Amino acid sequence: MSVQENEAVMFSTRRVLAMVLRYWYLLRSSWPRILDLIYWPAVQMLMWGFLQLYLNQNSGFFNKAGGTFIGAVLLWDILFRGQLGFSISFLEEMYARNMGNLMMSPLRPVEFVTALMVMSIIRLAIGMVPVSLLAIAFFGFNLWGFGLALAAFFLNLILTSWAIGIFVAGLLLRNGLGAESLAWTFMFLFLPLTCVYYPVAVLPVWLQPVAWSLPPTYVFEGMRALLIDHVFRADLMIEAFAINVGLFAAGAVAFFMLLRSARRHGTLLQTGE
Amino acid sequence: MLSAATMPADPTITVDCLVKIYGKDVAVDGISFALKPGSVTALLGANGAGKSTTIATIMGLLTPTSGRATVLGAEMPRQRHRVLHRMNFESPYVDMPMRLTIQQNLTVFGMLYGVANLPERIARLAAELELTELLDRPTGKLSSGQKTRVSLAKSLINEPDVLLLDEPTASLDPDTADWVRGRLERYCRERHATVLLASHNMAEVERLCERVIMMKRGRIEDDDTPERLIARYGRNTLEEVFLDIARGRTDAREAAQ
Repeated sequence: MSVQENEAVMFSTRRVLAMVLRYWYLLRSSWPRILDLIYWPAVQMLMWGFLQLYLNQNSGFFNKAGGTFIGAVLLWDILFRGQLGFSISFLEEMYARNMGNLMMSPLRPVEFVTALMVMSIIRLAIGMVPVSLLAIAFFGFNLWGFGLALAAFFLNLILTSWAIGIFVAGLLLRNGLGAESLAWTFMFLFLPLTCVYYPVAVLPVWLQPVAWSLPPTYVFEGMRALLIDHVFRADLMIEAFAINVGLFAAGAVAFFMLLRSARRHGTLLQTGE
Repeated sequence: MLSAATMPADPTITVDCLVKIYGKDVAVDGISFALKPGSVTALLGANGAGKSTTIATIMGLLTPTSGRATVLGAEMPRQRHRVLHRMNFESPYVDMPMRLTIQQNLTVFGMLYGVANLPERIARLAAELELTELLDRPTGKLSSGQKTRVSLAKSLINEPDVLLLDEPTASLDPDTADWVRGRLERYCRERHATVLLASHNMAEVERLCERVIMMKRGRIEDDDTPERLIARYGRNTLEEVFLDIARGRTDAREAAQ
């Protein structure tokens, strides 16, 4: 194999950078796209923040559990927006009818997925940093004050969001834009099951094992332990990470199987319905 | 199957007993051909003849049901990453991102194809394709002729050895279409590139191609130079030959034979 062939076959950071650049150019060219990253997380945070204020004033328990709602909504947004950031970048290629160009270029699927992961972090940063600062300004809630715990929460949530994002991307390649609604709604299945706003103990006993099979459940329980009991539950984060590794691997395997199936069924160029 | 007699020495593209079946539909039914380096070949046929399926397999977008397609010695799609940097394609049915400027699009694709000295390459290409003044304009705000030139620039950005063209001049006015054909001719001559072209424009095929492969219902119906095909069917133009084959009127050929 020639040097040039070797370079083409190996993982290329240059090609990843090219894709990140492509999405960055797109974001830069469209202020509604940037506004969209901030608008809804800010609305959510304000609504739950004011609700929390109201409950704090009227309930002894909630007074003690200060910030759990705002914390939950901000962490939920990391999970939800992380996946959405991944999936929307992917959908942009289908909307632009550019998938054919990419699939016939030397871009490898693993490089494409890596670029989408980088973009999900960039989009999250654009949306979440201003909103977390707003939370400090409006409610005195400092997400950054979580310190190392925030890093553990973030790592686990973003891994789950990528696992789902990769799986949804595979479904889109295989089924075209007919699967688009999954990109927008898949994560909402996690909203009741991962116990974002309430402890796992609230769920019926038979549903609790399902909740504990999902990594974000550990993060939200961990956040409540931190805010209510002032304890960082490293054990929960380690368990979440272990499940995330399995979930991410399953998402990647599903993606490559769906991509192979798309090649067999000729759906790579049919990006319509 | 390709025989030693039909196989050129060191072919750039080989398609050997290629079959593609979707459910019960046979899109390509055991076709074989080989293209020699530096040749310009047209793959013709009515809609549904199997051209797009054949080209998609050569590009590595489709896994054949049986048989194989190789490009520059790499089996497609299994070994596609060995050769995709030496290939490119152009089709009016695949868009470039509309919000990105021409410069941004060419930068992104140049990086994907690992083009060295990219700014210089873009500048040279833009000058050759008369895009210099438009480089900062979003691709979505161009006329269809300008968009075709951008697609052409993208398809030539890596100076490919193998170029696949799917109706490169569809929906262009005659003047722009002629201009595009001229550029393609020059590129093939200078780079000695192997080109496979699908087109419904027979004048274009007569001008650009030294060989024509006619497909019908997934099979190769005929395969020769445009001149010999015209003579064999006793017609005056390739378009008439195309209609004869598409409509099953092969009497002229049989009579001539």
